[in-house]
Amino acid sequence: MSASVSRTTYREALRGALREALTADPRVFLMGEDIGRYGGCYAVTKSLLAEFGEERIRDTPLSESAFVGAGIGAALGGMRPIVEIMTVNFSLLALDQILNNAATLCHMSAGQCPVPLVIRMATGAGRQLAAQHSHSLEGWYAHIPGLRIVAPATIDDARGMLRAALLCPDPVLMFEHIGLFNMEGDLTEAAGVADIERAAIRRTGRDITVLTYGASLYRCLEAATELSAAGIELEVVDLRTLRPLDDATIIKSVRRTRRALMVDEGWKSGGLSAELGMRVVEQAFFDLDAPVMRVCTAEVPIPYPKHLEDAALPSVGRIVAAAHAMVAHEP
Amino acid sequence: MSREFRMPSLGADMEAGTLVEWRVVPGARVRRGDVVALVETEKGIIDIESYEDGIVERLTVAPGARVPVGTPLALFQGEAAAPAPEMPRPAATAAAASSGTVPAAHGIAVPGLGSPRDAGKTVARAAPSAQRLRASPAARVRAAALGVDLGRIQGSGPQGVVTLQDVERIGGREPAPRVATPEPPGGARAGMRNAIAAAMGRSKREIPHYYLQLAMDMQPAVNWLTAFNQERPVPERLLIAVLLIKAAALAAAEKPGFSGYFRPAGFEPAAQVHMGVAIAVRGGGLVAPAIFEADRKSLATIMHELQDLVGRVRAGHMRSSEISSATLTVTSLGEEGVDVLYPVIYPPQVAIVGFGSVLERPWAVNGRLEARPVLNITLAADHRVTDGRQGAQFLARIRDHLARPGEL
Repeated sequence: MSASVSRTTYREALRGALREALTADPRVFLMGEDIGRYGGCYAVTKSLLAEFGEERIRDTPLSESAFVGAGIGAALGGMRPIVEIMTVNFSLLALDQILNNAATLCHMSAGQCPVPLVIRMATGAGRQLAAQHSHSLEGWYAHIPGLRIVAPATIDDARGMLRAALLCPDPVLMFEHIGLFNMEGDLTEAAGVADIERAAIRRTGRDITVLTYGASLYRCLEAATELSAAGIELEVVDLRTLRPLDDATIIKSVRRTRRALMVDEGWKSGGLSAELGMRVVEQAFFDLDAPVMRVCTAEVPIPYPKHLEDAALPSVGRIVAAAHAMVAHEP
Repeated sequence: MSREFRMPSLGADMEAGTLVEWRVVPGARVRRGDVVALVETEKGIIDIESYEDGIVERLTVAPGARVPVGTPLALFQGEAAAPAPEMPRPAATAAAASSGTVPAAHGIAVPGLGSPRDAGKTVARAAPSAQRLRASPAARVRAAALGVDLGRIQGSGPQGVVTLQDVERIGGREPAPRVATPEPPGGARAGMRNAIAAAMGRSKREIPHYYLQLAMDMQPAVNWLTAFNQERPVPERLLIAVLLIKAAALAAAEKPGFSGYFRPAGFEPAAQVHMGVAIAVRGGGLVAPAIFEADRKSLATIMHELQDLVGRVRAGHMRSSEISSATLTVTSLGEEGVDVLYPVIYPPQVAIVGFGSVLERPWAVNGRLEARPVLNITLAADHRVTDGRQGAQFLARIRDHLARPGEL
């Protein structure tokens, strides 16, 4: 295997993964709103209809409950469906199917009816799509036993996580941040199947462990660069899999830095960062040298105006300020 | 840069002190270790030393005022401060300042108790009314391991919280003021008794004492001392106590495990033998200030320092550094005619040597009974640190040194 890299985008990496899955396994098919002729609302499935045909690239009616339910049925029937939902906000129409069926059937059937379904959906804000298309609700899904929740933040993960998801016997929900589709970068050709068990440390540092995922990763890395100049070294952990959380990596890092900062685009109240903070406190309380802190989205529906949207979201500036507050030394 | 000079804490048991006298005036240059003020506590009048070099800018508390620990007493223009780590400011200094409530009698010190070497938890127990200490969990764990009193550390973290780094920087070495608390009910005298109660209670609760006793013929020492003193004018004459102190200090320097501190993390041997000498205080009580590096000092120097210490204890002028530095203590009830005493270790020290009176007793010499001056030496030692065999060897060393007084 060569360790060569190629220049690509997050979107193309996702498409490459879909293409590979469709090619490798005849049981794999795609369905969702506008994924065929239109090529997907974020153009991830563009050109796949021409390559694989209508049987395998299926445009569905605008009924999330119906096509997610159909996906569950297909998975139960032995297929390997990959369902795309335009955005996490719309997935709520299918929440009954996801929570009451996909997540439960394996358990209720004592393992006889696993649901090897993959649901991809866009999440996050930053593109002025307003309050009904911009929320980050993956933390809600991470609440549900029976599901696996992944959030690829890098091009390698965009390419490698789908295969891992297809290999997983449980329903996997894959959250793709809308701010990442156009991101360019290097794809490690030899990366292969992504490990969806472990978080990844994207930057090492001694002072503060930053727990983040998705597009927030890049704000954290930017903040880390800025803080490094001020002598504060962030260790940036990309959670990658939001359920089950990789406690081992998280706690090990926090034990080392003795400080934990959570950064995500969800709301603080009842959010994933709240869960992370609690785990840190439960497992590493006596190692902490500062209160755990969160940088999350303001507790408002995501605003439409650009300046308000920016103000609501976790920014590099807020991350930097939080980090300073955590290590602040009074004169 | 200006620094506040604050009412220091001379132990976890100290909550407030009365400023008796200033030894400096505004504009005076002060060196680290200089006596700046006299403060009366339940331990008596203590000479308070400066922690840093600097110039006195302003005195903010007048003599006679009783103020909680941590209250700013003066402003110093410091050279880059080797700081007395500071504590949060007391909430209501003025309210607590009530002069004239302190008995003039000299109090006592309980060395070790609440010294910087003392575990933080003792502090928390001793001062339940203190404002809540802000320290991170990691700092607390580390402080417990190092035996650092968190209350003595000025937090540098957010909102003044004591951080891990603060604990590691202090490392249990630097004494400093801590949170102010109101005067204990009953005044300084009761506080003194409480201090003894706390230290001795803790000692008996926590330290598994073992006791060894050894009787020896002091004829050679008495003869040597008599001869030595005969040739000298009164001011240069030695007391037998000086021989005992030197012999015990030498033995401690030679046999590890008796000079040092027991901390939550285990035994920490002391680099030097600072011999605490128990000195009775008129009116009741006891102090045990340290003779620093007693194993390296001549008998004459020890004698001089002992006299100085006794004088200052009686006059109530101990230095703050002497109070909390002893690494091992000797105690004697020689004047009272007690044969044997079974002393109690001052935590966090790990041993105490008791000397009975040197009394004429029957002593077998070459198969015959003779009347000889006999001394009973007792060792109380911490069984977590040493065992009886080491204790026996330690006692034997003391005996051997006393048997050759000319070499002391």
